Amino acid sequence: MQTLKIVITGPFSSGKTELIQSVSEIDVVSTDRKITRDAERIKSQTTVAMDFGRITIDEELILYLFGTPGQKRFDFMWEILSEGMLGFIVMVDSTRPETFREARRILDTFRSYSPVPYIVAANKQDLEDAWPPEDLRIVLRVEPEVKVVPCVATDKESVKQVLLELLYSILEVMDQEEEEE
Amino acid sequence: MALKGRLEDFGITQLLNLINLARKTGTLYLQGPEKNAYLCFHEGKLIYAVMDDAEDSFTAILQQSGVFTADQVRMIEANMPGKTDREIAQVLITSGRLQQQKVVKSMKEHILNLVYQVFSWNSGTFRFEPSKLPVQGKITVPIALENVIMEGSRRLKEWERLQDELPDLDVSLKFAERPTTPLRDINLSVEEWRVISFINPRNTIRQIAQNNNMDELQIRKIVYSLLQAGIVEIIKPPRPKAAPGVTRPTRAGAAAAKRAEMRRPAVKRGIVQKLIHRIREL
Ligand SMILES: Nc1nc2c(ncn2[C@@H]2O[C@H](COP(=O)(O)OP(=O)(O)OP(=O)(O)O)[C@@H](O)[C@H]2O)c(=O)[nH]1
Ligand SMILES: [Mg+2]
Repeated sequence: MQTLKIVITGPFSSGKTELIQSVSEIDVVSTDRKITRDAERIKSQTTVAMDFGRITIDEELILYLFGTPGQKRFDFMWEILSEGMLGFIVMVDSTRPETFREARRILDTFRSYSPVPYIVAANKQDLEDAWPPEDLRIVLRVEPEVKVVPCVATDKESVKQVLLELLYSILEVMDQEEEEE
Repeated sequence: MALKGRLEDFGITQLLNLINLARKTGTLYLQGPEKNAYLCFHEGKLIYAVMDDAEDSFTAILQQSGVFTADQVRMIEANMPGKTDREIAQVLITSGRLQQQKVVKSMKEHILNLVYQVFSWNSGTFRFEPSKLPVQGKITVPIALENVIMEGSRRLKEWERLQDELPDLDVSLKFAERPTTPLRDINLSVEEWRVISFINPRNTIRQIAQNNNMDELQIRKIVYSLLQAGIVEIIKPPRPKAAPGVTRPTRAGAAAAKRAEMRRPAVKRGIVQKLIHRIREL
């Protein structure tokens, strides 16, 4: 039995839990808690340790989706979560420019843990105030080789597309390395 | 889809940078701490600016810049009531009473003056309306944003912000892959050129500063304005270990071809394909 892991990261309330929920075959093993600290009270629940979703591929293969906790005081979890990941997805709440700088910081941190492929998911594209993905690319200074994909985490088809884009990026990196060998 | 937000979170420099890189057309409405303003853009160039308390008529602007006297302005207004700025300018230019260059110069100074004031607004709100361009009958002057951003950043004495944007001086710089304007079209100061000449993936910002006898504030200011103008980019960690000593200047603009620094995860290709098939079926 082989298990694989993809990490979903991003600022507080960017939609990580929602994305995992949309595709996981088990109820997300979430460690969400009611929010007590005022500063972070823009929604009632937050993930304190991690989220955890599962997709069974076949008898021998299971894919786990891990969501990182959004609040800053749990940053120490990140490095542990990132170990051995196939790739990662940086979720951004496209309607909240105040979180863009934080998203960039998270992106850099994860990259420094492990140079695996990653993509940026421009989440909440169903909302009117969402900044378009092309603008997020500029603002977050995302390199041209890295995809910035539109996302609606509450919509299963959209989430599938985001996961597929990450997997395609992984294949592309594999192809490039083979060419060089 | 309007872009909106708070200036505390997303500053003027970042907004102009976005408008420039995305070559946007439309109007940026700003509510500052004390005043309101709006800036109009056409394909990424600044073309017009209006601020609450500033004169907006063409004759008043030319009076301010000393081209017309108050008497002349009164005469013009009495003779051409109800005409737009553009129409007045046309009459004056074709009758030989005004040089076109002077109009352009005065309007440009006026627009820039307003924009540089806006640079100091670090609180308030913004809204970008792509469909709006309220410049009918006005005299617009296209101004490249790179220079505006450079100059605005120069005037911005926000040490804190600099610290925040550029916390680490032990990273290196490289030339932007997609510069929006060739280097030779950008007005750089001597100091900026000195920094540019040392840009090389093997030189850290700190080493460049040491070689140019610049202190941290000086180098931060310069690098920050070069970054904001989209001329250079930081090379993200993990970076190669800086070689001992400093690599001497290379020819400016010779950006090395670069590919993704991503490496494959330790799995077989077939497994990734299995994942793809399964997720498609979900
Ligand atoms: N409209 C809309 N709402 C979304 C979308 N994705 C998430 N949300 C909502 O945004 C809020 C935050 O989503 P979460 O999934 O809890 O975010 P998170 O990233 O797990 O948050 P933390 O664990 O606290 O960091 C919730 O109210 C979600 O229902 C989306 O695509 N569209
Ligand atoms: Mg969560």
